[in-house]
Amino acid sequence: MTQSEIDTIIEEHGRKESAILAILQRIQSKENYLPKEDLEYISQKLKIPLTSIFRIATFYNALSLKPRGRHKIDVCLGTACHVRGGGKILEKLERELKISVGETTKDKKFSLESVRCLGCCSLGPVAVIDGQVYGRLTQDKIPSLLKEFK
Amino acid sequence: MKIRTKTDLEKIKERGIEILYPKGIKISVGMATCGISTGAQKVYETIQNEVEKSRLPIIINQTGCIGFCQREPVVDILEPGKPRVFYQEVTPEKAMRLVHEWIENRVIKDWLFFKMEDEEWIVDNKFWNYSIKQLPKGLDGAYIYRQIPFYNKQLKIALRNCGFINPDHIEEYIARGGYFPLYKALHEMKPEDIIEEVKRSGLRGRGGAGFPTGQKWESCRRAKGDIKYVLCNADEGDPGAYMDRSVLEGDPHSVIEGMIIGAYAIGAHEGFIYVRDEYPLAIKKLQTAIHQAEEFGLLGEDILGSGFSFKINLFRGGGAFVCGESTALMASIEGKVGEPRAKHIHTTESGLWDRPSNLNNVETWNNIPVIISRGSEWYSKIGTDKSKGTKVFSIVGKVNNTGLIEVPMGITLREIVYEIGGGIPEGKKFKAVQTGGPSGGCIPESLLDLPVDFDRLTEVGSMMGSGGMIVMDESTCMVDVAKYFMNFLKDESCGKCTSCREGTKRMHEILTEITEGRGKLEYLDLLEELGWVTAEASLCALGGTAPNPVLSTLRYFRDEYKEHIINRRCPAKVCRALLKYRILPEACTMCGRCAKVCPADAISGKRKTKKEDGIPFKIDEEKCIKCGMCFESCKFNAIEVQ
Amino acid sequence: MISFTIDGQMVEGREGQNILEVALDSGFDIPHLCYNENVKPYGACRLCLVEVSRKGRSRLTTSCNYPVLEGIEVFTTTEKVLRARKMVMELLLAMCPGSPLLQRMAKDMGINEVRFKKEDKDCILCGLCARVCDEIVGAHAIQFAFRGDRREMGPPFMEEPKDCIACGACVVVCPVNVIGMKEEGDERTILRWKRTLKMRQCKVCGNYFAPWFQLEKFREKAKLPKDYFDVCFTCRG
Repeated sequence: MTQSEIDTIIEEHGRKESAILAILQRIQSKENYLPKEDLEYISQKLKIPLTSIFRIATFYNALSLKPRGRHKIDVCLGTACHVRGGGKILEKLERELKISVGETTKDKKFSLESVRCLGCCSLGPVAVIDGQVYGRLTQDKIPSLLKEFK
Repeated sequence: MKIRTKTDLEKIKERGIEILYPKGIKISVGMATCGISTGAQKVYETIQNEVEKSRLPIIINQTGCIGFCQREPVVDILEPGKPRVFYQEVTPEKAMRLVHEWIENRVIKDWLFFKMEDEEWIVDNKFWNYSIKQLPKGLDGAYIYRQIPFYNKQLKIALRNCGFINPDHIEEYIARGGYFPLYKALHEMKPEDIIEEVKRSGLRGRGGAGFPTGQKWESCRRAKGDIKYVLCNADEGDPGAYMDRSVLEGDPHSVIEGMIIGAYAIGAHEGFIYVRDEYPLAIKKLQTAIHQAEEFGLLGEDILGSGFSFKINLFRGGGAFVCGESTALMASIEGKVGEPRAKHIHTTESGLWDRPSNLNNVETWNNIPVIISRGSEWYSKIGTDKSKGTKVFSIVGKVNNTGLIEVPMGITLREIVYEIGGGIPEGKKFKAVQTGGPSGGCIPESLLDLPVDFDRLTEVGSMMGSGGMIVMDESTCMVDVAKYFMNFLKDESCGKCTSCREGTKRMHEILTEITEGRGKLEYLDLLEELGWVTAEASLCALGGTAPNPVLSTLRYFRDEYKEHIINRRCPAKVCRALLKYRILPEACTMCGRCAKVCPADAISGKRKTKKEDGIPFKIDEEKCIKCGMCFESCKFNAIEVQ
Repeated sequence: MISFTIDGQMVEGREGQNILEVALDSGFDIPHLCYNENVKPYGACRLCLVEVSRKGRSRLTTSCNYPVLEGIEVFTTTEKVLRARKMVMELLLAMCPGSPLLQRMAKDMGINEVRFKKEDKDCILCGLCARVCDEIVGAHAIQFAFRGDRREMGPPFMEEPKDCIACGACVVVCPVNVIGMKEEGDERTILRWKRTLKMRQCKVCGNYFAPWFQLEKFREKAKLPKDYFDVCFTCRG
């Protein structure tokens, strides 16, 4: 992000220190990760030590320092989905995409994350891709599902 | 238009009633996250397009979740003079048909869910009758809403409006009695009276700890300081629990109204609702509701002409379970990481920015308007001696009827699992019900007649928690469940306390050893010791309750642990390392499907074709990664799991 | 003054003090790692646990951050306290088995074996280095990052800390001595953070006495003239 874009985001928030999480989430949603330069700029602009910002960026699941893929796959590993085989779905995805959970494919197409409880427990096992919920998953449905995404 | 007087409020109520019960046909689609995830969006659009295209005299509407999530998408049709009809598992194609059938005064019996002849307005203590004059064809024999086992034993206080109103229409909330309790509180009661009422009602915190709400309000009111805060904990993080989400998506004003009343009683003029990052729809609904409340003068300066001012800020979480802990939540709002701090000085005295702060859960706030309206005497008659009122539970897992239920405290687990939940699917045997999320424990069959109540659940090694209830059957491995929770907790721990960070890590390590066939009997005592120190030596409730899943499964399912250790066997056939996949040569039809899907190339054999005989397929145990794909793909039940 | 008892003995503390301070001053031997009287208490290591009885209720709590209150009864060696302390120590030793300090403390507590898979970490995650850097030095060069079992201490992005003035305070305060500092020629390095800074030479004695970067920071903050640090502290006399 450019510095003036970041300035605009900062201006939209009152109570600047309290808003640090919200500001970082805005950058995350636009850039798909938190670029180091952006964090350094925010530290300088808001006079918050870079150590504090790095701490926040690594504490919360919503934020990532590494670029996430164009399509984010969140496999639900909530208790109900786990009990219905959510773990097997995650492993199948890991095999298909050749990455581990928390990683992004080399072509930056997919990121694989696990999430806990989306509240669609009747549909378990569930995965969310780009905000869309896919329920009643089985291992054999995965390859064709992945093909739907460019 | 700002509401200033009771007359203003009553005018809006009338307007709301007209919107809720219009002269024409109104079709509502359940559009909470459970509905949307099953395709309600397409159903809504289909009906919308059809109505526009065919110029049908129908109003289309959206509501929150009516609780029976298993049967979503749910669509209901309301027309003056007829019963309200609900359809279940509606698809876009079904939607088209049932709309047209309705216009012909017919219903499609097989797709019906239930019918309603009236609605309970619990705030106003009355029933709204549909004044039925005629019945559509095909409706005879349909269940009435309250006859259905799922709904039969429920008492909806917190869920009073979910599925009945469009959460984006404040008028509908007011129509069903909303904001009248606020009027009463601001104009007819003193802050001390309100606190007394809440105390007398016996309401205890619905977030998990069960602390008496009135007492908390009182200590916050008494604390020194001019600036105080009220906060709503909507960081519902327990996997399997989504009660708060449904309330926020389906009836956000109930929480706002509760907070305004609480703020008035405590003397706070600013409030925060901390919503979990993973709930985008709830955040959206809250934003709309807060905005509308401000427009109508229910938030802001001089609320309802009382002179009391109050504003609410929405704070979005960043994805961290530990932020559900009160001091961590406040630290997060302050712009820090969610690391809890010692509570020698309570947050009611020194909390957010070191000011007196009152934090309550979504469901707790939501109960307040009903208590103010119906009175503490009425409320305290519901429930048990020490646990008054109702509780919303999310009943999920291996049970026929999954969804959200609200029942009076004191109902037994057996009633919930079998009567409301409809028992275990596929005729399997009940094994345990897990309550309280990662802070809770597993309750075995022998304790199914336990009345659900804060203290009784804690006595048996579990806890009420936020209300998640996960039913498990014979195909659930209890050691695996304990390992699952430890994995969650060691990841979500903030990491500050040695006892919690290392304790959860080591418990997970040991459980992994056991589930992978490297367990030793002395590990069981070691787990109990680790559990003890994690709970006793840690700062906050995350560490304090972390061992519960392990300790409760050890208490009631010790034999299962021993089986894993001594015989290297997983009776539930879950722990992969202890499983053997084997193709039964007699049953193998040599179709070759299993070999095709095996990712490890571990299956060999020869396909039977028209020309040649095949050779039964065989799994190479060394190569097998136990993924289960062969088992899933075999259509002849020829693969056995040991 | 606030009167209370420790192990039955009457002691006195001032408003604002914590149990551990008063206990240590009065000669009670409560083990601790993340406590240092120069910075605010944190309560991370969990070794300083004691049982506190107040208004009829007793609970296990850390003593470093529990305020002294009139009439409380503190117990430092109950069975519960000893059991908890021992397990916490065992967990710490399993994390950092190579630490001589931890080995000695464990032996004193009667721990003969570690029943968990030994890791080979050296940092005990007490946070003292960061707390000193934040609260006393004001450089904010290092801090905790990540969460849960992935928690670690270090500079942002785990790269060379650009705000570190190589004062050495973290080196001195670390209870297990794993940060380290080295001076070679005109360079000083804080080893653990891989921070190397060039040192300034005294115009009088010729010794390298402090890093340029550090001195410039002081000059800026205190608005001192450019030649202020031409002469080292010793020669200034």
